[in-house]
Order: sequence, then structure tokens, then C-alpha cells
Amino acid sequence: MCGIVGFLAKESAYRSTLGEYVVPMMECMGDRGPDSAGLAIFSEKPDPKALRFNLYALQQPFARDSLARRFEQAFGAETSAKIEEAENHAVLITSVETSRVVEWIRSDCPDIHLLSVGRAMDIYKDTGHPREIAARYRWSSFAGSHCVGHTRMATESAVTPVHSHPFTAGQDFCLVHNGSLSNPYELRRMLEARGVEFETDNDTEAACRFLQWRLAEGDTIEEALEQAFVELDGFFTLLMGTVDKIVLVRDAFACKPAVVAETDDYVAIGSEFRTLAHLPNIQNARLFEPRPEEIYSWNV
Amino acid sequence: MERLDLDQISIRELNHFFHNDLKDNGPREFEVLNPNGQHSIVAGLDAPLEVHIRGHAGYFTAGMNKQAEVTVHGNVGWSVAENIMSGVVRVKGFASECAGASGRGGLVVIEGDASSRCGISMKGCDIVVGGSVGHMSAFMAQAGNLVVCGDADPGLGDSLYEAVIYVRGKVLGLGADAREEPMSDSDYQTVGELLKRSGINHDPQEFKRVASAKTLYHWSADARQEY
Repeated sequence: MCGIVGFLAKESAYRSTLGEYVVPMMECMGDRGPDSAGLAIFSEKPDPKALRFNLYALQQPFARDSLARRFEQAFGAETSAKIEEAENHAVLITSVETSRVVEWIRSDCPDIHLLSVGRAMDIYKDTGHPREIAARYRWSSFAGSHCVGHTRMATESAVTPVHSHPFTAGQDFCLVHNGSLSNPYELRRMLEARGVEFETDNDTEAACRFLQWRLAEGDTIEEALEQAFVELDGFFTLLMGTVDKIVLVRDAFACKPAVVAETDDYVAIGSEFRTLAHLPNIQNARLFEPRPEEIYSWNV
Repeated sequence: MERLDLDQISIRELNHFFHNDLKDNGPREFEVLNPNGQHSIVAGLDAPLEVHIRGHAGYFTAGMNKQAEVTVHGNVGWSVAENIMSGVVRVKGFASECAGASGRGGLVVIEGDASSRCGISMKGCDIVVGGSVGHMSAFMAQAGNLVVCGDADPGLGDSLYEAVIYVRGKVLGLGADAREEPMSDSDYQTVGELLKRSGINHDPQEFKRVASAKTLYHWSADARQEY
């Protein structure tokens, strides 16, 4: 089944309390996806100088200062990095070149999974009920301009934090998916031949890498999605987040649900209306169901 | 009118009340408050009641309805009035997918738009949609009437059996084996009566009829699965 959730604050008052609106949405969608959850949250003011590397500790929670020490050993004491750790999640903020950080994690940190790289986006994902994950990482305290979330009921690949959504492609881009693809291996073979690397055997990752490839080829997100309608076989409601917008599409059959609520203050997206029912002024929101193969996007 | 507040009781308690605790001389009019998109609200009613749901309801609202007249003063999620047997289920707003699915009798009225697969596999109920319907509506519909006052998205009436569809607006695409047919006097009468019962005001003369061409009724070796 799976649940998807999105929220974009048009009105700045909603940004400082974004997490408070989103956590009940995630908890409610726990009914549709009780085995894992993930949330991508986009900062209102991306840092132009430093990149944010979101990391997941695969074996045990990050020990205080351990990551800082390892970073210092790798890059020297004069190289600065700001590190925010919480449970199995850490954000490493540094101006060290992306490729060097990625290579360091790959070669020296087998116990760490790189979740995302970007200036605006942080990604949290883990296994367990969305309610527990939200509490564990204190999502209700989060601020930001927009976010994309997912609650997973795995049907085609393992239940692990790495297999959870959102998936990322490039910097400040993420995707969540409700549905299932029937040609992920075909896509994968096509993409791997073009040098695209995969991290899991998850079908959604194939969709994400497909978009990553199209975007790298110079497509806009809209052009990439038009191609995806042709190449992706299966069922999908896809919700994507970029540095300045959220984008929503459903496949031609549109049998995976989505509801949009729009007010002057916010745009909220959920698999079902009940996940939006607690939002302020929802009774006066413009409610609609996205049409098949139509691209909906909202800018910050 | 008795009020039942879903902020105070659970769906299970609500439905248990309607299934088990109605008294012969008790109230016959009910109001359900704070539905907040929850599922299965007043599913399985089987009594001559009048029920008003105040707000947006979720999936399977008034499913399997018998006898009762249910009005949702808001939108509904998937499969409203699925398998309706008799009575009336009215939605003042919009309905998501599969409205009136498999319905055997009674009347379903969607005053706004209904999404895709409206009336899928309907087996004798009548459905009147004040607005438009989404793709694949009346898919494999076996008996009953679907009246669409707006437009119909592609795939209308795919693999239709004996159900009849009436559309006032544009048909954006017919499904396999569905075809437009001339309206007869009895068609005008059927549309007129259903519109009247639904409280929706249109001239039956503006509707066209879509029904099965019946080419799928028997397997054809010549068709080579190219329908």
C-alpha cells in the first residue's frame, strides 16, 4: 500500500512549525505503511557555501563526537565540518569537495550510508512505525519551507532503512512512491549500461535513477516525467521535492491514490483526505484528486 | 435528530450501534459529526434511516447500504456505496474512485464529479453524477444505469455488459466494445426519472446513450485479442 505525504508552506508562519503539521500526517499514514518511514525536509535558506551530507549509521547510533573525530582524521584538523547527530542520523556540513567526502564515506566508513547531498535538503529514514520514527528523530521540531514524506508497506524488496523512501538523485532532489513498477530491472539494465549506479534492488530506486539520468541529460523535471510516463511500466503516484518545489504525478491508470488540499497558506498532499483532516482551515481548502499523467507542481 | 460524534466514538462503535442497537420505536434520523475522512462510516446499514454525515468521509462510506438514505455533506474517498443493495446514498461534494462499485440496487447520487472507475462492475444500481466522471467508468458494468451530467474521461464503458450509460457532455473516449446508440423514448424516460429522483435539473434530450456492442459476448478466434 504505502502512504505519501507532502507539505509546502506558502505563508512564512507555517515554516517554523512545519514539523508540527507533518508529523500527524505521517502518523495517520502509518496505517498504509507501518514498516518504515522517511521524511525529506527543505530549508528555507539553503547555505550557498557549504553542502549538507545526510548520513545513516547502519549498525548503531552515532556515538557523540565519533564522526567528528573520523572526519578530522581523514581531512585534517584545519578542515572544518559542522556535525549534527541524532540517533542513527547525522548531518555533516562542510565545504570539502563533494567527491572527496563521498569517496571517504565509501572507502573508510562501511558502517555509514550516505542518504543525501544538498544545500537545502535533509533526509531522515528508518525502519519501524512512522510514529516511533517521528518521535525518535524529533520531526515535530523541524522547520522548513516544504517537505516530502513516505510511509512504507514493503511489497517487493527488503525492509531496511536504505530501502525506505525517499530516494535521492543528485543534489537536493528526492522522490517517494506509492505503487509498484513491473520493469525496474529493465530500467536498471538500461541505466547501468549508461554508467548510472544503484544502491539497492528497490523498484522505486529505478524510477529515481531514471529521473536522475534524464535530469543529468539536461531535461527539466517536467520533460523527465514525460519520458517516465513512456518508460515506467507499473503503478505509481510519485511525489518529488526539489530545492524550490514539490511535484506530483500519477500513472495512466491512477489506481494509487492522492489528494491535494490548497489554501492561501499551504499546499498539502496525502494519499487520503484523513491525513489532511487536522490541518488549519482544511474545511475551506480547495480539494482535488490529481488526474492521470498530469504533472502538478508548486513552487516555494 | 440524534447526533453521533466521531470525535467521541470510534467507527466500530458507530457501526455497531447501527447494526445492533437500533430500537424499533427509536429515532430514525441521525447526524454523524467529525467524519474527518475516516473509512467505512455507516457501512452495512439495513434499516429505513435518514443519516447525514457532516463533513468529508473516507473510503467505503455507506458500503452495502440497504434501505437507508445517507447524505454526505462533503466529499468521499474511494468506493462510496460499494455494493449498495437499496436505498439512496447522496454525496453533496466529489467522490473519489469506484463510486457505486458492484452496486446491486438503489440509487447513488454524486452531486459533484466522480473520479475514475465510477460504477465499475455495477450490477443493477443506478448512479447519477452531477459533474464529470474519470477514466474507465462503468468498466464491466452488468446492469443498471449510469447518468453523467458532465463529461466522461477515456475508456468509458469498457467491456460493458447490459448496463446503460447516459452522458450529457463530451465522451472523451469509449472503452472496448462500448458504442454510442440512438436514444429511444424509454431512454429519455429513464434519464428523466433518474434526474428527478436525484434532484438534478437537466433536459433528458441533451443526453446520449452508450451501451455494449456485444462483440465481446462470445469469444472470437478472428479477433486475435485485438479489441
